[in-house]
Amino acid sequence: MITLEGITKVYRMGNVEVEALRGITLHVQDGEFLAIMGASGSGKSTLMNIIGCLDQPTEGHYILDGVDVAGLTDDELAWIRNRKVGFVFQSFNLIPRSSALHNVEMPLIYAGEGDHRRGRALEALRLVGLEDRAGHQPTELSGGQQQRVAIARALVTDPSILLADEPTGNLDTAASQEIMRLLADLHRQGRTIVLITHESDIAAFADRVIRLRDGLVLSDERRAAAVETQA
Amino acid sequence: MTLVEAIRLAFSGLLSNRLRSGLTMLGILIGVGAVILLVAVGNGASASVQSSIQGLGSNLITVSPSNLRVGGVQQGFGTGNTLSMQDVAALKDRTLAPDVVTAIPNVGGRAQITYGNQNWSTSLSGTTEQFPQVRNYQLAEGQFFTAQDVQAQRKVAVLGPTVVQNLFGGQDPLGQTIKINRQIFRVVGVFQSKGSSGFTNQDDLVAMPITTAWSFLLGGHSVQSIYVQAASSEATQSAESEITQVLLDRHHISSVANADFQLQSQADVLNTASQVTGTLTLLLGAIAAISLVVGGIGIMNIMLVTVTERTREIGIRKAIGARRRDVLLQFLIESMFLSAVGGALGILVGTLGSSALGSLVSSLHPLVSPSSIVLAFGVSLGIGLFFGIYPANRAARLHPIEALRYE
Ligand SMILES: Nc1ncnc2c1ncn2[C@@H]1O[C@H](COP(=O)(O)OP(=O)(O)OP(=O)(O)O)[C@@H](O)[C@H]1O
Ligand SMILES: [Mg+2]
Repeated sequence: MITLEGITKVYRMGNVEVEALRGITLHVQDGEFLAIMGASGSGKSTLMNIIGCLDQPTEGHYILDGVDVAGLTDDELAWIRNRKVGFVFQSFNLIPRSSALHNVEMPLIYAGEGDHRRGRALEALRLVGLEDRAGHQPTELSGGQQQRVAIARALVTDPSILLADEPTGNLDTAASQEIMRLLADLHRQGRTIVLITHESDIAAFADRVIRLRDGLVLSDERRAAAVETQA
Repeated sequence: MTLVEAIRLAFSGLLSNRLRSGLTMLGILIGVGAVILLVAVGNGASASVQSSIQGLGSNLITVSPSNLRVGGVQQGFGTGNTLSMQDVAALKDRTLAPDVVTAIPNVGGRAQITYGNQNWSTSLSGTTEQFPQVRNYQLAEGQFFTAQDVQAQRKVAVLGPTVVQNLFGGQDPLGQTIKINRQIFRVVGVFQSKGSSGFTNQDDLVAMPITTAWSFLLGGHSVQSIYVQAASSEATQSAESEITQVLLDRHHISSVANADFQLQSQADVLNTASQVTGTLTLLLGAIAAISLVVGGIGIMNIMLVTVTERTREIGIRKAIGARRRDVLLQFLIESMFLSAVGGALGILVGTLGSSALGSLVSSLHPLVSPSSIVLAFGVSLGIGLFFGIYPANRAARLHPIEALRYE
């Protein structure tokens, strides 16, 4: 369960202050598929980074599964990023010069997982349909394939929350649809998914859409039947 | 994350930039190699100086006149004329000086030797028949002069190999007639080569009976110095105190402070020489150590570049759950691996270089000491750690979002 209460984020650049978030209050239930939309610069990525424990809010409380994240140490935050949330970025962010398999294995290495690491990484690659590309380096994969490797990497430690910041932003329509079907499948298996997108046909996969404007929640609508109709 | 994983990660990081890793290692390689090579050269020099000093004579103690005071005015080193044949005789007395095996007198000077149309200037030693024993000389040819030769003031001479080389050029000198300062002498023997003592060429000399030297070449009956052979090197110290006592008594001097003679044992010379060569080794080592430090700075430099270059990768790793210490370990192991491999190769190069240098330059006998290997390797590891900590720490403390945004 994700609970955000009065979250603000202020960036200071010299004397200039940028208020990226100006008081976000939001609850996301386990198993929800949430899409975040909004104009460029409205604070979507900033919000996502806070949810993913990559960044800390300036004010307000973020309670993840009953724990206030503000009180956690650096190592505990790393543990959350490793086990509780999986991140998918617009620019894939695979580690260069490392094979797909090694990229997917990486979170397990940091988790201190010794046994079955290879098997689990291969299993995650199979889930995204790329087990035959395990030995390929990122530069030897298409954009859609790279993003699927990134999703496999986000899934490999079996986190309950999947965060995707414009995962289809760099992909063509066909590849985007493939990625979205994959996310929809994962959602059906019970994962909480938070997705940022600019495109309404992508947002249509979600069962709840919130819109941000200037660091505030503008609207919050549930569309319970959305996924079923698409799928 | 386990250490094995950290090492694997670091290794793949290094392999992804082979040329740079290689060049960085080269810095440490040169530093460690230079330390080992230069310390080996220093050690070799001190070993050869020591062995040639030991060759000066077994358990040798040299007695020479000390500065003569005339009315309280210092007259300079060795200006006194205080030693005599009676002193030599007294030192040979086993009841007075039980730790002394024997003692021989010596007078010296320059000698101009001619043979045919050849000319050679060498140092002259007027002494007695026990000279070879006391001064540790072997005869290559012929015989040393005898007690009878000394008694009868015979004009016989024993030549050092350098003299033979320069005067006879391949001819057999034995039995030949030579002129020393215009006096005619017969060559009765030739010394074996002893090499240089680091200070003087011990092969460049002519020895003759002291009586002959007095009568025909130098005049007078003085003894310039006395060479004393102690029973053993352990007995050198007690022999020295016996000699001091005997000579003080004979010269009617009450305190050592006023002694008109001075002693120098081989051990003293050895000590001084070891001090000099030790300083030399230290100096060479210090010069080499500078290059090792430069190599370390090279590691730090390249690690900083690597960290900057891989900022985004560090951000990704943090985003998927790497802790600070995981990142720290990865980069620290990278830098230590660079320095360890560089150090190991440096040991190889330094050791091989030492033996190559030894065979190229015959006057050098580089001596690779195990302690310099252990030290150089330890220091190079330490350098990897020391110069790696700052860049690695910088990587570990990167903020994940800022690192991910880095272009
Ligand atoms: N590190 C930073 N330093 C200063 N300002 C920042 C920083 N990160 C974000 N901002 C500012 O915060 C605001 C929100 O940025 P954010 O990246 O969250 O927007 P976004 O909604 O994700 O936009 P886009 O759709 O273009 O990705 C912007 O005005 C941006 O300039
Ligand atoms: Mg964004």
